[in-house]
Amino acid sequence: MALLEVRGESAGYAENVVLSDLNFSIDPGERVALVGESGAGKSTLLRMIYDRCSDFAALVPQNLGLVQALTVFHNVYMGRLHDRSLIRNFRNLLWPRGEDASEVEDVLKMLRLEEKLFSNVGELSGGQQQRTAVGRALYNPGKLFIADEPVSSVDEHQAKQILETISREKETVVVAMHDRALAIDYCDRLIGIKGGRVTIDEPSAGMKPGELDELYRVSDE
Amino acid sequence: MTAKKLSSPLARVTGIFFIVTIVCLTFADLTVTTVDPWSEFGRLASGLISPDFFSTDSLVLSLAYTLAFALLGVLLGNLIGFGFALLFSFRLIRIFCAVIRAVHELFWALIFLQLFGLSPITGILAIAIPYSGIIAKVYAEILEESDQSPLEVLSVNTSRASTFLFVRLPDAWVQFKTYSMYRLECGLRSSAVLGFIGLPTLGFHLESAFKEGHYQEVSALLIVFYILIATMRFWMKRQFLPVYLILSVVILPWDTNFSASNILRFLTEDIIPYPMRDNTASMMDWVHLLVVTQAFPGMLATLQLTMIALFATGILTMLFFPLISPLFFKMKGRGIGHVFLVIIRSTPEYILAFILLQLWGPSMLPAIVALAFHNSAIIGHLIGRYTENIALRQDSVTGINRYFYEVSPRIYRPMLALLFYRWEVILRETAILGMLGVATIGFYIDSAFSDLRFDRALVLIAITAMMNICVDAISRLIRSHLRLKTSLEYK
Repeated sequence: MALLEVRGESAGYAENVVLSDLNFSIDPGERVALVGESGAGKSTLLRMIYDRCSDFAALVPQNLGLVQALTVFHNVYMGRLHDRSLIRNFRNLLWPRGEDASEVEDVLKMLRLEEKLFSNVGELSGGQQQRTAVGRALYNPGKLFIADEPVSSVDEHQAKQILETISREKETVVVAMHDRALAIDYCDRLIGIKGGRVTIDEPSAGMKPGELDELYRVSDE
Repeated sequence: MTAKKLSSPLARVTGIFFIVTIVCLTFADLTVTTVDPWSEFGRLASGLISPDFFSTDSLVLSLAYTLAFALLGVLLGNLIGFGFALLFSFRLIRIFCAVIRAVHELFWALIFLQLFGLSPITGILAIAIPYSGIIAKVYAEILEESDQSPLEVLSVNTSRASTFLFVRLPDAWVQFKTYSMYRLECGLRSSAVLGFIGLPTLGFHLESAFKEGHYQEVSALLIVFYILIATMRFWMKRQFLPVYLILSVVILPWDTNFSASNILRFLTEDIIPYPMRDNTASMMDWVHLLVVTQAFPGMLATLQLTMIALFATGILTMLFFPLISPLFFKMKGRGIGHVFLVIIRSTPEYILAFILLQLWGPSMLPAIVALAFHNSAIIGHLIGRYTENIALRQDSVTGINRYFYEVSPRIYRPMLALLFYRWEVILRETAILGMLGVATIGFYIDSAFSDLRFDRALVLIAITAMMNICVDAISRLIRSHLRLKTSLEYK
């Protein structure tokens, strides 16, 4: 049974159709990468997927959606606000419970960010902020992980580690990525977007980054 | 073919206000009535430069009282205001807040004086009530504008309360703290002025020292007050707040007792229009006296003075802002400018007007000068800071040409935005200055209180509040017509 099935639909904002004639489905356990030029519509497609699956999905949007005035702990804890009682949430806001703090710390350890547990997000570097947002989505019990460029601000080595952690922790993953080699390495399926349409949708096994060049070539039209 | 001259809406509005000001000025009484104002000024000046910190033993205590009233009043106003801000989507709450903030602290104090006498409750409520109306509006705006982007990452099942706590409140909280500091600064000024109606704060000692000609003591009181305000961010720390609050409660003189029957009589009898209590009196006469001989001339004078003060504030702002702008002065020169602006904006308008009145005698002149100086020092400070972010091209002109060609055109719009924003503040202060003897509506309110005609006083206060709400609405219309934004304030 597919998590999501899209047949002949379009996606976009209000009256502005960005992608049309979409046909795809996402099955549990798949790791899908969306590739394509910036502005091709990757974020639009991610938004559409998230809107359909918001009941069981965790999201890392491109702007990260962090609350700058709160600590890393609070921002990660926000992944489970809906699972906890209001009293517990309120208490954690003022004086974090040891139990919840150590749970969050465990998540941060996987991202090598545990030292920043009680640092304010506003004081972190771009890469640390990005890992905080990934941590929040990992802490979120949702089994579908949706992320828009989740490793764009960290170095290659860290990017690999983070992607490995994500695929270990989450059943199903859909990420938009501009790094073609990473996308081929860590996902088992690629969806390529160009000119408002899906032009590639195939398994990534054995694929070479060069084969994706056509997505980035200026069209003759 | 000649190009058509374009008239900008900014220039048109300025022109209209200029004409209104000229009309107001032709009917204004601006005479200096004291016989020899300059010799008195000389004595004041020599007193001011030789402060005597030991002539009065009340210096420390009056300062402590000033602080205590400000802290407790602002804290209470903050709590109530925050509550109202959460309910600000209800029209009734918005109207209620607009009404309570349209009445000046001193008028509130005069009302509570009848209820609780010189008890600390009078001072605390006089600050807390109008402030809660202001704070509610500002906090509601801050909450409205808080960063909404984290909303989309929360699970759709997150409760509204948790969402509020984790997404909307944290960002707003930072701004609440900044704004509370600004409010506390205002609270210190309000608290000082409450001394003029008899509470034991700075204004009380200032007034008596002034009337007795002890200018060295006046100077000492003012200097300590400036230092208190200027060093606020060093002593006002969150961890000290509980200590400050406990101390405030402890030192205030709570021993004044007030009678419940007094309060009841004020609320159920004194404020009922007199003809309704006494059948022999004519309602027509009551209304006639109130409207024709008090409310109408009072309103007219208040509006007249406000318009002149507003325009004068604009002119002075244009003169003051370069004093602290890096586009015009080097570090050292700006230091002097900063001290000058801090001193005038830390002196409450009421005290400034009081001093000038002693020197020049009663006319509109002291009030206009006090209002224009105080408000232009505030706006000039904000605009001066704003110019720090103007990047001029490297080969731009300097001096007076830079002022007119490069800078003035860039700051005129934000300057007008702040000026119109403060229009309502100026009106509220103008009304209050009547209590010093200028014939604005506050004069009639003060007389009604001292004649124990509370029914009249309350009607006149209500009229003042209505005027405030109207000016606020007109100011908002003009600002939206000119597309002026006021996000500059308090930042």
